[in-house]
Amino acid sequence: MSDLVIIFLSLGVFFNLAGCIGLIRFPDIYNRLQASTKCVTLGTILILVAIVIHFGWNSISIKAIFCTIFILLTAPAAAHAISRGSHRAGFPLWEGSIMDRYRDDFPQKPIE
Amino acid sequence: MEIFLILLLICAFFCLYRVGAGPTPPDRTVAIDILGILMVGFCAILSLFTGKDLYMNVAISWALLAFIGTTALAKYLEGRTFDE
Repeated sequence: MSDLVIIFLSLGVFFNLAGCIGLIRFPDIYNRLQASTKCVTLGTILILVAIVIHFGWNSISIKAIFCTIFILLTAPAAAHAISRGSHRAGFPLWEGSIMDRYRDDFPQKPIE
Repeated sequence: MEIFLILLLICAFFCLYRVGAGPTPPDRTVAIDILGILMVGFCAILSLFTGKDLYMNVAISWALLAFIGTTALAKYLEGRTFDE
């Protein structure tokens, strides 16, 4: 296992750990979403890139390339669906938030 | 080399804490989504260490099922129904 693979694996696991600490520490659903989704997507993609570097042209690396493309396409779509659904369902923002532009177009109904 | 797997398991336990203690339903949905993507990375590292093809199949199918489940839960959060 070469040094480049170790570097990519370490970067990927570091980004995953940072995203999960953000998922624990942040005060709000929207903050947790923007902290964790981007960091964990980048970390997993770095791990898959390390697999492609290590194996070369192999069946495992072809599957890793497919998995990379699929995660790049679907993780932002899933995060956007969660934030849109929770905002429309009326879950409130953190009390320290200073701006909510989406509320002008789609007013939040109060949660029952 | 097992330190990568141990760190990813610590991340997974953070996500499970958020699933259990999240104050609102979208917190639990976000944690389930993040847990799916983390397990894709976990299976990829297992495939890197063992050199077997099986774990990448597990990773691809886990990514598919995590996306479908997250989308269904988000739709349920938005309208509280599956009708539209």
